[in-house]
Amino acid sequence: MTYPLVVTKRMTDHPADSHTLERYEATSGYEQAKRVLGMSRDELVEEIKTSGLLGRGGAAFSAGLKWSFLAPARPSYLVINGDESEPGTFKDRQLLERDPHQMLEGVIITAIANEVHHAFVYIRGEYPKPARRVQTAVDEAYARGYLGKGIFGSDYDLEVTVHLGAGAYICGEETALINSLEGLRGEPRLKPPYFPAAKGLYMQPTIVNNVETVSNLPHILAMGAEEFIELGHPLDTGTFMISVSGHVKKPGNYELPHGITWRHLIYDIAGGVPGDKQVKAIVPGGASAPWFIPEIHLEDQITKDVCAEAGSMLGSGAVIVMDETTCMVRAAERIVRFFAHESCGQCTPCREGTTWMEMILRRIEEGQGRPVDLDLLLDVSDGISVGLAWPPKMTTICPLGPSAVSPVLALRDYFRDEVNEHVERGGCWFPGARVKPHDTVEGDRRQLVEIGARGELGSGGRPPEVMGNRE
Amino acid sequence: MSQWSEATQERAREIIARYPQKRSAVMPLLYLAMAEEGYLTDEGMEEVARWVGITPAQVQAVATFYTMYKRRPTGKYLISCCTSISCMLLGGDDVLHAVEDESGVPHGETGADGLLSVEHVECIGACGGAPAVQVNYELIEGVTAEKARDLVRWLETALPDVVNTDEMQELFGGVRSFDWAVREGDGARGPYPAFQALGTVGRQGET
Repeated sequence: MTYPLVVTKRMTDHPADSHTLERYEATSGYEQAKRVLGMSRDELVEEIKTSGLLGRGGAAFSAGLKWSFLAPARPSYLVINGDESEPGTFKDRQLLERDPHQMLEGVIITAIANEVHHAFVYIRGEYPKPARRVQTAVDEAYARGYLGKGIFGSDYDLEVTVHLGAGAYICGEETALINSLEGLRGEPRLKPPYFPAAKGLYMQPTIVNNVETVSNLPHILAMGAEEFIELGHPLDTGTFMISVSGHVKKPGNYELPHGITWRHLIYDIAGGVPGDKQVKAIVPGGASAPWFIPEIHLEDQITKDVCAEAGSMLGSGAVIVMDETTCMVRAAERIVRFFAHESCGQCTPCREGTTWMEMILRRIEEGQGRPVDLDLLLDVSDGISVGLAWPPKMTTICPLGPSAVSPVLALRDYFRDEVNEHVERGGCWFPGARVKPHDTVEGDRRQLVEIGARGELGSGGRPPEVMGNRE
Repeated sequence: MSQWSEATQERAREIIARYPQKRSAVMPLLYLAMAEEGYLTDEGMEEVARWVGITPAQVQAVATFYTMYKRRPTGKYLISCCTSISCMLLGGDDVLHAVEDESGVPHGETGADGLLSVEHVECIGACGGAPAVQVNYELIEGVTAEKARDLVRWLETALPDVVNTDEMQELFGGVRSFDWAVREGDGARGPYPAFQALGTVGRQGET
């Protein structure tokens, strides 16, 4: 089954040169940017609102509405968020690398719609190749007069600056990104009052849009809002990019209409699980999203609303599939470790809580868990995300801390027995475990002492015998 | 007086001119300082502070926030192994252990000869090509433990001046996140990302 392509069409039809200006212009490139110079701001905002385009960065907020909230003060700024760092997500990397002019045309359209004369493209530092491609595209656009003074021969000026991150996931949060761009630490700002549309970059009204979101704009204007709506689901229009990774035969980015089922995505589009093993858990929208399990969710439609009703989110469209050989404690520990590492440190619940959660999960995985640990884990989680609800109730400036709780919700709801079995058997029986259970040959006590003495355990190197009463 | 070469000073001026406010140039200038000396020294941070008109402490506050600004001497080649969730599911930990074992450098450290640094990193956006490794931030996708050992031996013997993502992908890579389609010549010349096009690294032929 094939689906219509929008943002990945050019790179699919013309793989060898989709990133060049020549190919871009030969395939209707920059026509919409020229056209919108003659449109009014209201007309443009209305068209994008009608199209129902939702932000593709994770929050899924209406792009047109976001634009309409822009405060009247000027200058206004535009920042394109290409700081894609959510584990499981790699779609913007492809869009930046393979079709940078498409993103740039989206930048021009967004700038005109929001009376912006200086736009920034923030790309994460770990993406040197996409950044090189984008800067080359920007240089080409300047050389042709598509950027700079009087773009396309009009009296409209637009400067574009490519800005590079340096390895901080939190800079993908829009206010942290703005701080980073101002030359400050990438710490999120409190909203209110620092809504970017009112007090953003240099305290001026600022639009922050994701790479994929703006890449859609030339196509929406070319085909019209009505046709764009028909491509997708009534509540979630157009196509969107899903990054599929983990235990699937064909991992990769897929551009799909909203509304297909998880079964169709995993088994038909991504080819199923290698070795035809069973799916054990699915992360539906990046590491921040609570997990799904096939027994309950496999037939669900992939839309923002259905995901929300099921207690999770579509987020940045990153799907991570875990098969039956995956240890849920280890998987949860790895995701929590990510958030502990990336916590900016401003808010105590996140800074202390995520690290504490990581320690608890690690000791359970490494056979040092205590019977009370799952309750303790839930208690610490509750301290970061009150009531463990989804969407989370905030105790912190930004959603990073509460996101770290998501894998713990899966352990509580679906894998409680597996956690307790780790504690009871003093180890992990899944492939690749560092500490095998007591009741196995590899996991007898002498091996533990030996590993402990080598300092390889999370206990700081002390053998389990001296860790105190295990009962 | 600036300790930077005239060419570097010219690049610094170009970078600052891209922003409405000077302070915004802190991050690209920190990359420039790293490219100058191989890592970020106290003097490098003081220099950046002078250029953008803030205090060295304010620059240090920024530099310490981000993992890619290395404030200790780093090897000629920085090998970063991703061990986040998608890479972990497909053997990222084994790849890291193979790199550590083959190079004799534990993660977080630099070999005594200053050739290799090894680190484990959180998600580098290559989940569809897991497990993924970067050398000086140039990406290789679909790496196995065996190929990772080959990579270490290649770096130790071939000693490439420029490491390039496409070349290493062909030699040591496997499954990719998507079709890369075209090869590129540019690459990294030290343990900092190859942003030649953006002026934070010297262009070809420049000193």
